[in-house]
Amino acid sequence: MARRLPPVDVVLVGFGWTAAIIAQELTEAGVQVLALERGEFRDTVPDFATDTIQDELRYAVRKQIFESPERETLTFRNSAEQTALPMRHLGSFLPAAGVGGAGVHWNGQCWRFLPSDFEIRSQVEQRYGKGFIPDGMNLQDWGVTYDELEPHYDRFEYLCGVSGQAGNLGGVKQAGGNPFEGPRKRDYPLPPLQRSASTTLFDKAAREAGFDPFPCPAANASKPYRNPLGVQMGQCTYCGFCEWFGCGNYSKASPQTTLLPVLLKKDNFRFRTRCNVTRVNTDSTGRQATGVTYVDIDGNQFEQPAGMVVLCAFAQHNVHLLLLSRIGAPYDPKTGLGVVGRNYAYQITSAVDVFQKERLNPFMGAGALGQGVDNFNGENFDHGPLGFIGGGYIALWNTGGRPILQHQLPKEAPKWGSGWKQAMHDNYLTSTSIATHGSVMSYRSNYVDLDPTWRDDYGNPLLRLTFDYQPNEHKMSDYLTDQATKIAQAIPGATHHAKKREGHYSIVPYQTTHNTGGAAMGDDPRTSVVNRYLQSWDVPNLWVMGASVFPQNAGYNPTGTVGALTFWAAEAMKRYLKNPGPLVTT
Amino acid sequence: MSMPADGVSVRAGAAAADPSRRQFLTLALVAPAAVALGSCSRTRTAATAPVYLSSAEQSFVDAATQRLIPADALGGGANEAGITRFIDLQLAGAYGRAERWYMRGPWPTGTDQQGFQLKYTPAQIYREAIAGVEAHCRQQHGKPFAQLAPAQQDEVLHALEDGEIELAKVPAKTFFALLWQNTQEGFLADPAYGGNRDFTGWKLIGFPGPRYNYVEEIGHFGQPYKQPFVSLLGRDPDAHEPGEA
Repeated sequence: MARRLPPVDVVLVGFGWTAAIIAQELTEAGVQVLALERGEFRDTVPDFATDTIQDELRYAVRKQIFESPERETLTFRNSAEQTALPMRHLGSFLPAAGVGGAGVHWNGQCWRFLPSDFEIRSQVEQRYGKGFIPDGMNLQDWGVTYDELEPHYDRFEYLCGVSGQAGNLGGVKQAGGNPFEGPRKRDYPLPPLQRSASTTLFDKAAREAGFDPFPCPAANASKPYRNPLGVQMGQCTYCGFCEWFGCGNYSKASPQTTLLPVLLKKDNFRFRTRCNVTRVNTDSTGRQATGVTYVDIDGNQFEQPAGMVVLCAFAQHNVHLLLLSRIGAPYDPKTGLGVVGRNYAYQITSAVDVFQKERLNPFMGAGALGQGVDNFNGENFDHGPLGFIGGGYIALWNTGGRPILQHQLPKEAPKWGSGWKQAMHDNYLTSTSIATHGSVMSYRSNYVDLDPTWRDDYGNPLLRLTFDYQPNEHKMSDYLTDQATKIAQAIPGATHHAKKREGHYSIVPYQTTHNTGGAAMGDDPRTSVVNRYLQSWDVPNLWVMGASVFPQNAGYNPTGTVGALTFWAAEAMKRYLKNPGPLVTT
Repeated sequence: MSMPADGVSVRAGAAAADPSRRQFLTLALVAPAAVALGSCSRTRTAATAPVYLSSAEQSFVDAATQRLIPADALGGGANEAGITRFIDLQLAGAYGRAERWYMRGPWPTGTDQQGFQLKYTPAQIYREAIAGVEAHCRQQHGKPFAQLAPAQQDEVLHALEDGEIELAKVPAKTFFALLWQNTQEGFLADPAYGGNRDFTGWKLIGFPGPRYNYVEEIGHFGQPYKQPFVSLLGRDPDAHEPGEA
């Protein structure tokens, strides 16, 4: 029997990036906010101190900083004809557990999506015709535009102290920046990070290949920075233990380094850790959320009443909670009807490894230290003759040279023995890798629902993921890889090994933690779970944050857009709290 | 820096409640040193005694890893780097017990894309597989693996890698992949975990260790980094007790 607790105005499920932003915004508006986090409290000191955190085995290989599948995981299959089986340990993606969420262990690659990304269906139909869209692809506009989000991108970038070089200020192209980016009202808060030997090689080669390289936007502070809340960040030291680690130097933007010093002092904010929310509760009409039920680490159940509920967990966890709570119509792939679990998407990546003679010292790096090319992202190029939808960026990220997982060997190098030693010796300091990072569209056959067989620690059905790469994505990714190969070929004296993404999607090798969808935003309740303000169509006092609302995935890392959407939703929540009800009527 | 205590006793309650855990808990408990590992400090002499692996298993791991990473003109190999010690400690700890893995049945076989679906923990895979490989060596050569000639050892390892030896309970390919992964980890992880002794692995490739600040050096393109090798435990990590990841 759940113990009933005193009510709060707003309860947040999870305490990562989106929860910290919502909490900051709503507490400023005078509202009482409680965050419930399933993991532990974590802070720069002592958890990420540099004499502890720079440990590849413990954090990157044994994955101590991520969620533990032991308590809850998902099941996976490539198609509905197969039986989904549990993901028994982490691989393809690495969700977080603990205060700060994935905002602790991300790289800090902090992009804005292109204006065309938000209106992809309209733009594709207008430019190439309706017939260009493959059968079974659920291509959707977002219901929000880049221009509407621009001020919110700006707020997130200034909160984080993003280092970068503007490419488009108010419609005027800026030399050295990304010429394809949407217009920004002002420059980045900090100049770009220093270049490394390998990003300099890439820059030169990309120019020779005829492309337009620029420093990738980095939520790694290139200089000391004080954000608008008065929180001080330190200059990045290029220690090379960034993504998959917490930052010991207050240089990588995270809830801990940008918001918590202010938020945790507030009387109208509280949080509880080791509390796993298992249900969003609704009243007898099913149209009003009454709060949440959660289980603490000892297995005690609590009911937390609240006037408003905001789902701020990782993408698929939000969707899992909606399905378990029976809120919104679950998606049925047979009929194509229903929305919860629809629009699951991911990203498709590939690499071109480069072997050359110059010493690159790869271990000097930062999570978002990169030089990129955006010529083949979104609608920046003509898809007509190529016959696919979507695109992505090509970049050389110099994130570090951690020996176990971050080394490249030539294709022909022996897999073990003295030959392997020789190849490690010859290539570690002088090899690098060019990455491609491509969009994945949503399809009728890719979705999440509840698994019929396997259960989590709380006795609930696991989430079941049915996902595979479709021909459109392979075609796009192969094209991107061919463009990246042109850059590799322009590096003097280099040999290269292009590693295209082949075959079915596999949950085994790490690819990216950019899982999206399942609770899509949009203008039409028949194809979306939340409206353009991220408010549930079915339960107006329930909101869903994070990449779970992406109708399909763009070619960029999602956190910049997640941050912008959260500020956008927070503004809407403030209007809602003054005058409760649906913000969009149908 | 703090290394967590070995969690055997902490897990006992959960294991009793969950039959799927009971089996590997027992495995850990039969190696008394594993229990002692986190609870008291030991002298360096004691630290070289096996904690999970039997001495026969240790001989196999010594011999096999030395073929995977041999000593040669480029420097020390697996034995010089202390990789058996590293693997032994890893198998005795949370990793060996698959504490963070989802280990509930049923256990059907899946596709390659669905990943690991065995009901065995890493520690159990080593135990089952080494017994199988030794049986194969005795049958084929009349000797344990460690007493075979290097070329014969390589032949056995290649056969494991290609799945050409039938082991009773675990696929040979799975065991080889695990052994090679753990061998690389032992060669290239921070010496705090008992491997990479004398920075053998890092010296081979030129990784200086967890240095904190490259603000100056990152701009010195093409120049060697000249500071001495360092571990999370300082410049002489071998003076400390190894820990568990």
